Amino acid sequence: MYKIAVLGDYDSIYGFKALGLSVFPASDYATGERILKNLVENDYAVIYITESLASGMKKIIDKYKEALTPAIILIPGVSGNTGEGVNGVKGSVEQAVGSDILFSQS
Amino acid sequence: MANKVTNPTRMELTRLKKKLVTAVRGHKLLKDKRDELMRQFLDLARENMALRLKVEEGIKAANTNFVIAKAGMSEQTLHSALMAPKQEVSLELSTKNIMSVDIPQFEYKTKSADANDIYSYGFAFTTGDLDDAVKSLSDVFSEMLKLAEIEKSCQMLAAEIERTRRRVNALEYVIIPETQEGIRYITMKLDENERSTQVRLMKVKDMMLEEAHHYSERA
Repeated sequence: MYKIAVLGDYDSIYGFKALGLSVFPASDYATGERILKNLVENDYAVIYITESLASGMKKIIDKYKEALTPAIILIPGVSGNTGEGVNGVKGSVEQAVGSDILFSQS
Repeated sequence: MANKVTNPTRMELTRLKKKLVTAVRGHKLLKDKRDELMRQFLDLARENMALRLKVEEGIKAANTNFVIAKAGMSEQTLHSALMAPKQEVSLELSTKNIMSVDIPQFEYKTKSADANDIYSYGFAFTTGDLDDAVKSLSDVFSEMLKLAEIEKSCQMLAAEIERTRRRVNALEYVIIPETQEGIRYITMKLDENERSTQVRLMKVKDMMLEEAHHYSERA
């Protein structure tokens, strides 16, 4: 049985608590990394991270990219959308095809 | 290749020929695998992008609602309202095999079936805005989970495609030409050896005739 976690600054994520997801507030990257490592070991299959927090934790997030679990998904925080999540999708296309043939015009 | 030392023996030739057959077959198979992976990937990537835009839109709206809700009541009230959630979500994970890549399939289960259990607070001290905010977040949640599934699949497929493409290229441009070159080299060398043996035999025959009959065939 797996669980779902939400990681980010408190203001962006407290609403998920009501839905029954596990919420882990992290204000800086070091805390974020520590919590993320902890979550991976504890049966969290899906981990949502706010884009602003994830921007400083690319290295560790990339490490789990090819593994089946956890799926680390970026979501926009309360401070706004940085476009990092959309870039991630474009990055996948670029990795697979060699250049972004699907979304380069938009 | 020229810098690689190959033993010009028949055994080596047979080995190389077998290797070439395997390499060509492997190349064809991997190429087919790459094409199929690519087809599946492009479909998934399109879906991924559409879903992501939708989810980001939904979360943005939910966040706005939460800001409004927060403005309408004190922070303490808000925190205590969300402190003890009634609902709990757990995930079932199964895998689906696409061209030998195991991609995840998530299915979520809520602890209680009642949809109203997302409101974990009494309505006396909270504003209606909070209800709206929680509802809007809950509406986007099933799509968020779908996004997690598809985005993860995309990432895994992309990595597999990259690997497969490298293998196809390595076979096509390195292994297969190298083996063909090796086979050519050995065939040439063996032919050359055979010719030199023939000449030597003819020469020996000449010498023996000369010794037996004391005449030169050449004369």
